[in-house]
Amino acid sequence: MKKEPIRPKEKDIIPRVKGFDEVVQGFSEQEALQEAARCIQCKDPKCIAGCPVGIDIKAFINQITKKDHDGAYFTICQKNNFPSICGRICPAEYQCRKACVFTNKRSPFASKEAINIHFLERFVGDNGARKGLQAKAEGNNKYSGMKVAVVGSGPAGLCCAGELAKRGIKAVIFEGLHKTGGVLRYGIPPFRLPNNILDLEIDSLKKLGVEIKTNYIIGRVKTIDELFAEGFRAIFLGLGAGVPSFIGIPGENLCNIYSANEFLTRVNLMRAHKFPEYHTPVNIGKHIIVIGGGNTAIDAARVALRLQHMNGIEQDTSISYRRTEAEMPARRLEIEHAREEGVKFDLLVKPESFVGDEKGFVRKMRSSRCKLAEQNNSGRRRPIVIPDSSFEADCDLAIIAIGSGANKILTSVTPRLAIDQYGNVTINPETMETSIKGVFAGGDITAGEGTVIEAMGMAKKASCAILNYLEKRYN
Amino acid sequence: MKILSKEVLASDKGARIVKVIVQSPDIAAKAKAGQFVVLMVKEEGERIPLTIVKADPSKGSIELIAQEAGLTTRLLAATKTGDSLYSITGPLGHPTDIKRYGKVILVGGGVGIAEILPVAKALKDAGNNVTAIIGSRNKELLILERELKTASDECIVITDDGSYGRKGFVTQALKELLESSKYDLVYAVGPIPMMKTVSVITKPLGVLTLVSLNAIMVDGTGMCGCCRVSVNNEVKFSCVDGPEFDASQIDWDELSKRNSIYCEKEKHICRI
Repeated sequence: MKKEPIRPKEKDIIPRVKGFDEVVQGFSEQEALQEAARCIQCKDPKCIAGCPVGIDIKAFINQITKKDHDGAYFTICQKNNFPSICGRICPAEYQCRKACVFTNKRSPFASKEAINIHFLERFVGDNGARKGLQAKAEGNNKYSGMKVAVVGSGPAGLCCAGELAKRGIKAVIFEGLHKTGGVLRYGIPPFRLPNNILDLEIDSLKKLGVEIKTNYIIGRVKTIDELFAEGFRAIFLGLGAGVPSFIGIPGENLCNIYSANEFLTRVNLMRAHKFPEYHTPVNIGKHIIVIGGGNTAIDAARVALRLQHMNGIEQDTSISYRRTEAEMPARRLEIEHAREEGVKFDLLVKPESFVGDEKGFVRKMRSSRCKLAEQNNSGRRRPIVIPDSSFEADCDLAIIAIGSGANKILTSVTPRLAIDQYGNVTINPETMETSIKGVFAGGDITAGEGTVIEAMGMAKKASCAILNYLEKRYN
Repeated sequence: MKILSKEVLASDKGARIVKVIVQSPDIAAKAKAGQFVVLMVKEEGERIPLTIVKADPSKGSIELIAQEAGLTTRLLAATKTGDSLYSITGPLGHPTDIKRYGKVILVGGGVGIAEILPVAKALKDAGNNVTAIIGSRNKELLILERELKTASDECIVITDDGSYGRKGFVTQALKELLESSKYDLVYAVGPIPMMKTVSVITKPLGVLTLVSLNAIMVDGTGMCGCCRVSVNNEVKFSCVDGPEFDASQIDWDELSKRNSIYCEKEKHICRI
């Protein structure tokens, strides 16, 4: 008989909104053992297929029940180098947990009873990181000495570099910013993914032999042809989808209207919440509206709310979304946390324009109410504006989080690199190869905005494709 | 990222203009006129954009010129030869479209003089007839006069207070030149009011006018949209679509307001 699921402890709401400490505390060993004991070790486990990188979930949970936490770590690392990251940020309710036998078949996402696989993964990952356990390189001498360039140090690039390094290949990551991690650093706030955890995971990659060059923009400093000329045998592009989309409504360039990328970069990467100790400024409003319904919108709202608290401003941060909560792409846990923390949700609302003052700062947002169209074949129900439903809300800071597109710095100087109508790099989905021989790609640059684990899954596939390519070409 | 040398080019009432030469072989190898870098002086610092005034691929170094205007530029000015910058990234932005236009005028105001220098050199090398108009508040703050004279066929020097060269504004000299002869290109860099005035003068004459904008930036790689400007009613990111744009299409009022977003915070940090 299955017992009640164990939920990890969370930091209390009042202290947590005054800072950026991690909210979810993670399992103690006792809790991990109890939760692991709920797993019935299915003969034909479906959870494994639900994981984009195919972690042997059944095996590692079984190892936890035997208190073989180190063994569990190595089981996970066969498929995933970043258990502490993925255990924290994977949308498990749509992936491994949704496939768990305890999930009700009719549920759109994992049932509460589904095993908390992600929290168990995190427990194992943190234990491994604390002990300095290291995923082992497989040491295939055939490839040793071969160099592969990895462009971008986000989830896709880190994952690809790790997989290659494990097979004895010299992976060199080129990162444009001054710090590594891509969206894990500038996008996801420390209260979901603490910087020290990210640093530990990246350090363990370096121990595998991965080299990282920061402040290095491929497309500006070096072209693809120059990388090949320098002896790189293959190139992986994990450029991400870093270019923010704007809505295109009047008043959107008023002062204090940020893209979520800018707002989060200022705080997460540049630490603007610690101004003037850190020198990057960020403005804070009394009435903050975040537009969008994905994880980025929730992150931005929770950061904004914390800035209000830290500056003694009465909290008024709301999320404005065109559909209802059921359609929000954000993780359920984050929506729940945001609501607990005091983020307001203004649903079925479509922004029409921003109104500013004489100095050019935003003061109001005009919006219309929407209703949802009937379900059609295209999937999500489309929002339809209700005529004459226009209304005005106070807004002295707005954050646009409606998605992002492909960065064109590299593609614009590489005409041979085929891209689609959105500027994303076109790949052969089987081989992950781009239109240029020896150049592979994965993650958001190939398919718009996705999840961290999806990017890692694609990068992993690309790393196998790169090995195949090297095998065929240089054997 | 080592600073190979630092020199104070001008100083007036505590406000200095400094030249730093930074070791940066990768950037030096690729930099073209019109491009810029984003740098951080210290780990807790902010990222600021600065134009690459000169790149020396053989020495692996680039030259940057900055006027002390806030905390970060003051920190940069306080560095010494041998110090290291925390980070520097580039070259960023589109290079200037260098070709044979014919007769061109380059207008540089204040520290903007440093930014027209590489463009003036490149345009002259491309066979253009180059007139430079350089201006500053007073004699003490005038920089690079000798360099601009070398890089141009004619160089007009102006100070606001008449302490050196002609008295007045660079835009007055520009207007006179355009009234007296036909020119094919005007290229201007300086404070927003100056560039706006340039645009007001050249627009009715239909002279192609390029300006290098100085919007606020964070990453400088197109990731955040902080530097967005309205050009011909379209949103463009200065860092990747610019920094140069056709002056006649820019919403100057919006740019000027957006550049004042952090005025209060800047004043605050400068008082500390």
